[in-house]
Amino acid sequence: MPLYENVFLVRPDVSASQVEALTKEFSTIIEEGGGSVPKVEHWGLRTLAYRIKKNRKAHYVLMNLDAPADALHEMERNMRIHEDVMRHLTIRMEELEEEPSVIMKSRGSRDDHRREDRGGRGSRNDAKPRQQATPTTAAAPQNEEVPAKENAGATESVESGDKAEAGDQK
Amino acid sequence: MNTTRPVAASPARRAFFRRRKSCPFSVSGAPKIDYKDVKLLQRFVSERGKIVPSRITAVSNKKQRELAQAIKRARFLALIPYVLQ
Repeated sequence: MPLYENVFLVRPDVSASQVEALTKEFSTIIEEGGGSVPKVEHWGLRTLAYRIKKNRKAHYVLMNLDAPADALHEMERNMRIHEDVMRHLTIRMEELEEEPSVIMKSRGSRDDHRREDRGGRGSRNDAKPRQQATPTTAAAPQNEEVPAKENAGATESVESGDKAEAGDQK
Repeated sequence: MNTTRPVAASPARRAFFRRRKSCPFSVSGAPKIDYKDVKLLQRFVSERGKIVPSRITAVSNKKQRELAQAIKRARFLALIPYVLQ
């Protein structure tokens, strides 16, 4: 039987126990159709990255499925009908993850992580920091203090800095 | 300028730096591309929320396709935003 991974979002004004009941409902559909649900993960009430149907939060549930296509279609049809399910995504997997997913591992200080990432993103375009480092910090003081030998190196690094700048503008 | 040493060494070094790019997902022990890994995906998205081109991130063609797919899935599930002001 093919393997699937299903994530669905439940409206935030539903209680956690109701979400669990809902999950059970969906997994029974799978089991009745001859499949199995090896893993269920409740990610809890998470903040959405953007508003969906005026909601800022949603309950996330992940289900790993090993089911025939018919059972999956039946479950998806039910999800579409159900009013509390805001969104769902099913993906065919080559193999299912046995361990808890990344989200379960990094729960807790979720919002802090995001902010850190935003700061760390600067390292990606690696031309900019180098360009700043060579001409300003390294070259400028050397010009004044050390005359002959170091000076040659300094002017040259300024040149290479210009090249980097030209490259940036492209 | 008769100091040939630094002149010869520095451009060579620079060229070396330019060429050192390698795909961050093709190295051994590289992270698996997963739409649930928000922290990982966020590194390949601009401040506006756009997918960063592979010529900047040095991700290989194959992995970039995989990555783009993962980012789009994460966006659909509201794990990462479509646009960021």
